[in-house]
Amino acid sequence: MSAVLDRPRLTVPVSARDHVRGPATAPVTLVEYGDFECPFCGAAHNSVNHVMQIIGDRMRFAYRHFPLTQIHPHAQQAAEAAEAAGTQDRFWEMHDLLFEHQDRLGMQYLLAYAAALRLDVERFALELDTHVHVPRIREDFSSGVRSGVNGTPTFFVNGIRHDGGYDLESLLTAVSAAL
Amino acid sequence: MTTTEYPTRALEPGTAAPGFDLRSTPDQSVSLADFGGRRLVMAFYPADWSPICTDQMSLYNEVLPEFKRYAAELVGISIDHAWCHVAFAQHRNLHFPLLADFHPKGEVAQRYGVYDDGTGMSKRALFVVDEGGTIRWSYVSPVGVNPGADGILIALESMAREKAA
Repeated sequence: MSAVLDRPRLTVPVSARDHVRGPATAPVTLVEYGDFECPFCGAAHNSVNHVMQIIGDRMRFAYRHFPLTQIHPHAQQAAEAAEAAGTQDRFWEMHDLLFEHQDRLGMQYLLAYAAALRLDVERFALELDTHVHVPRIREDFSSGVRSGVNGTPTFFVNGIRHDGGYDLESLLTAVSAAL
Repeated sequence: MTTTEYPTRALEPGTAAPGFDLRSTPDQSVSLADFGGRRLVMAFYPADWSPICTDQMSLYNEVLPEFKRYAAELVGISIDHAWCHVAFAQHRNLHFPLLADFHPKGEVAQRYGVYDDGTGMSKRALFVVDEGGTIRWSYVSPVGVNPGADGILIALESMAREKAA
């Protein structure tokens, strides 16, 4: 069995179900499996933003959830908050807020972020209470496990796992090489 | 004194899984026989607390429900003492047993052919054992590489398919 030996590949390609920034026609697709409470993902968030500024329309970026719930007690709820914002077309705004405030992911903060983004807070809170986004987050997690995600953050460049670092230079080099 | 009675490479699929009886806590033991009739994933790893082992065990902790869906149990095995395992498992909130291959040191790893004499630790190795106690998949990862869970899940999936066929 060579599945582990080969450079792991994304088993579920980016599609309409994904949250994507950048044009669908971009030559490079960067996919991140991340956890909003993971400090390494917080660091990677800045790198990704810089890479997107530099590469511009020649890349697109998709974010999938990989919450490590047993070590990050707020990670699952934060992922649900991003999805709940997503149903009101504010996924990326919430995604950015969560990564910019990784030490403030408790429910009262999530509700404040929802209000700041002018979401329908009642609907947002109801979706968190009833955990309607859990299956979707689980789908992301499973696709990650099947694709060789072994920790967070894990990136894929055009469907192939990026095994280098996630500092600006490493990510920029990996994305540029795929252009 | 020598390890010649032990396999020099990781045991291959088709081999009967060697028995073991190891402490999971200072006053509890876990043996291979405890898993009779269940599938078992055995994850040998070098050491509690080291960064890659921590990531690997944390990942398996999250994937545990998927393993259980395939009727598989999971154990981690290293040469650390049971007290060390208890602290590590509590710190990372692990929900599966960590077994102490502590005394005689690394003996179970040696029986499975995955002891590293140079470092005095186990290699980073995975075994999937079927309901009858036969190894169905094994893999030794470079020690610095977290092997993830995809190989394990593929193995469990193919075992489930065979059983259904």
